[in-house]
Amino acid sequence: MPDSAIDHLVRLLGRLPGLGPRSARRVALDLLRHREQLLTPLMQALEDASEKVRECGTCGNLDLQDPCGICTDPKRDRSLLCVVEDVADLWALERAQVFRGRYHVLGGVLSALDGVGPEDLRIAALVDRAGNGELSEVILAMNATVDGQTTAHYISDRLKEGHVAVSRLAHGVPVGGELDYLDDGTLQTALKARRPL
Amino acid sequence: MDWTDDGIVLGLRKHGENDTIVTLFTHEHGRHLGIVHGGNGRRVRGIYQPGNLVRARWRARLSEHLGSFTCELVRSFAGTALDDALRLAALTSACAVANASLPEREPHAAAYRGFLGFLAVLDASNWPSAYVRWELLLLAELGYGLDLAACAATGSETDLLYVSPRTGRAVSAGAGAPYADRLLPLPAFLIRDAAWDTAAIRDGLRLTGHFLDRHIFASRKEGEPPARTRFMGCMLEKTT
Repeated sequence: MPDSAIDHLVRLLGRLPGLGPRSARRVALDLLRHREQLLTPLMQALEDASEKVRECGTCGNLDLQDPCGICTDPKRDRSLLCVVEDVADLWALERAQVFRGRYHVLGGVLSALDGVGPEDLRIAALVDRAGNGELSEVILAMNATVDGQTTAHYISDRLKEGHVAVSRLAHGVPVGGELDYLDDGTLQTALKARRPL
Repeated sequence: MDWTDDGIVLGLRKHGENDTIVTLFTHEHGRHLGIVHGGNGRRVRGIYQPGNLVRARWRARLSEHLGSFTCELVRSFAGTALDDALRLAALTSACAVANASLPEREPHAAAYRGFLGFLAVLDASNWPSAYVRWELLLLAELGYGLDLAACAATGSETDLLYVSPRTGRAVSAGAGAPYADRLLPLPAFLIRDAAWDTAAIRDGLRLTGHFLDRHIFASRKEGEPPARTRFMGCMLEKTT
């Protein structure tokens, strides 16, 4: 039996994160029921995103322009660079509004099991940026996982010869976290990173 | 099919959006894979970090199925090493070497106990010698043990300084002197309770690395795991 347009739509929607076959069917049905309000604007938005959104050649962020809005923002501190694994991490830091420097998106982490090596990430571009004399500090905002921290140590080694300070995010008790519910690893790193009050 | 066993997390791979395929090195069931439903979730992701010790329950309809794991964290060894580049490199290297060399579902209790022993001293100062001893034990467990008890040429049990790269047998200083450039140095801490320094650890890693390469990694398309190469690089950097 040939695939209908609806089946094709459901199959494509089902490949999106958070959607399984059942929820994809519900989304498809809702889109088809509300063509004017949802389907047509969504088609337009997808087409716009596909045509206009591009990866920033400097930091790896996604934006309508290259270099992106963050890289060209004159109000940002050009001496601070925050290195993140993924664009989602950059967006998380931007949502928190706690960092006013610029970013560098690596595009992943080193992973022995998945065969991801330094050449698969934007590490060479980072070393180039660190060597341009504009930066005073590079903040490594990798996840507190074995792969994330292996990547952080590797980058720290690569930047050792430059004249920039290298720091990383603290590991420990999250805000609102209860000690009783924390795992041994988090408690251990929190104790190691204790500081005087 | 259903069993419960202690296991060390060797690696994990995302499977779909929420699930993870975890590789454990278990005490009684050897290297074993299984799917962890919801293993990619925020709350449980920390449990499945390489090097962590977990109590795992494996379930499957048939023994040959991949099956699923439900795990409880027993001890987080990964947390011990996160801050220290060299310890972290050793931890990832040990996991990668075990993952690359151990056959699936074949118990290797001695290698498991050796691995656990290495993890237990990871926050102590003698972890480098424990690492080399574990690789030596792994080679023996896989059937490629080195004979370091006596000199292959003279039978002497003293003054052992080299190892033959071909036979894996120890060679004494006198017998090995003419071939010293072709033999592998044998660090003293591997044959008796001797002090070690970073040069001895580097020699030990070269020794085990040679035989791991020859007997195990040579038959793999990927060769030596990159994590071990990186660890070796860190040790070399420390000694030069």
